[in-house]
Amino acid sequence: MTQIFHPSANTLARVSIVAGFFSIAGLLVLGDALQKSTYVTEVNMPREQVVPFSHKHHMAMGLDCRYCHTSVEEEAFAGIPPTRTCMNCHKLVWNEAPILQPVRDSWMNNKPLEWNRVHDLPQFAYFNHSAHVNAGVGCSTCHGRVDEMPLVHKQNTLYMSWCLDCHRAPENFVRPRDQVFNMAWEPPADQVEEGKKLLELHKVDTSNFRMLDCYKCHR
Amino acid sequence: MKFTMFHSIRGGLAFLGAALLIAASTGCELRRAMYDQPKLLPLQASDFFEDGMASRYLVDHTIARGHLEEDEHLFAGTVDGTMVETFPFPITTEVMKRGQERFQIFCAPCHDRSGSGNGMIVQRGFKQPTSYHDQRLVDMPVGYFYMVIKNGFGLMSGYAPQIPVEDRWAIVAYIRALQYSQRASLDDVPETMLAELEAESTP
Ligand code: HEC
Repeated sequence: MTQIFHPSANTLARVSIVAGFFSIAGLLVLGDALQKSTYVTEVNMPREQVVPFSHKHHMAMGLDCRYCHTSVEEEAFAGIPPTRTCMNCHKLVWNEAPILQPVRDSWMNNKPLEWNRVHDLPQFAYFNHSAHVNAGVGCSTCHGRVDEMPLVHKQNTLYMSWCLDCHRAPENFVRPRDQVFNMAWEPPADQVEEGKKLLELHKVDTSNFRMLDCYKCHR
Repeated sequence: MKFTMFHSIRGGLAFLGAALLIAASTGCELRRAMYDQPKLLPLQASDFFEDGMASRYLVDHTIARGHLEEDEHLFAGTVDGTMVETFPFPITTEVMKRGQERFQIFCAPCHDRSGSGNGMIVQRGFKQPTSYHDQRLVDMPVGYFYMVIKNGFGLMSGYAPQIPVEDRWAIVAYIRALQYSQRASLDDVPETMLAELEAESTP
């Protein structure tokens, strides 16, 4: 029988085993990096909106989050304000500014403004704002310093692994209830001890890994 | 030959590649379907209705369950059409604190924290409201303040969509406290709170 392969094929075979391993590993690493890239997560990427509403500007005037997001303490959905809320002030303030024309059109024609959603959780995950706010999770813990964002962007991936960072050890993140809406709140040096006390005070049950039960979020 | 299906290794590889691609793309497809399920979330757009909104207005002349506003004192701030002088529920320290918080969220932007009417929005060009410490407003019954919050007054919008009923009354209670604070003397402060007040006022 004649030889089919040249002796150098041995080397080639060895090299291709190693190269094959690395290229598969490389692909996995690349895929993982892609999942975490801002291209996929949209973290730090402001979204265009019909009206370039600036949280930074409005909060600098001392407006509280709850002036517009009225249901954040009682309901799952924090609430997007109706055009009426804009008009409370903008019927007089900046009432001829071209930039606010879509707001006035919406008001006159009784057609809601169409905002582009920035925080779009997959629908198989159930999230409740009021439960978090009342447990002492501050707005800025998840949303970042919205008071410094002209156009809102996502500060965090909202991936499950990110949720679990807190669900595994909420004492690292919770704050007193009266600080929830304070954007500038910083954790104290003894956050972990304080956090444990706050969890008790806010009646957050962390026993038996309850905060890690699947059905907490997937129901 | 056993593997008659593929005439060459290359053919087999191509098939494998294609199979992987199809599997991956249907996987993504299924994942997407779980992400965006055939259900509607609050305020979402929907092409099912002509106006493009998923949320619906109440049908005319209907009242949602639990929203029948029977208690005139509580919901309208009047009794037999006359503005009330009394609160519909007891005003505790808790209610007062709630009122302070809600006042600062919803009213202070224009009326400012002291109620004198020079809030940030006014400084930016909104009409300046009358100070709460004006004698005309000091003499107004609590029902009047409730009605202004609920229905608005002149250029001020009503705040009924933003503030639930109990909170409106809590705000009224706090406005009364604000008015009182501008006319009270040190003798009016309960002895138990005097030390606290003095500690706060000396920097
Ligand atoms: C966007 C600014 C703004 C906000 C916010 C606002 N008001 Fe007013 N308010 C006004 C203006 C302006 C007037 C005077 C309206 C006029 O004269 O046309 C007024 C008038 C009033 C009056 C006096 C009516 C009178 O007889 O003179 C009361 C009482 C009042 N507001 C209560 C409140 C309460 C309580 C809140 C919070 C729930 C509130 N306002 C929030 C702007 C505001």
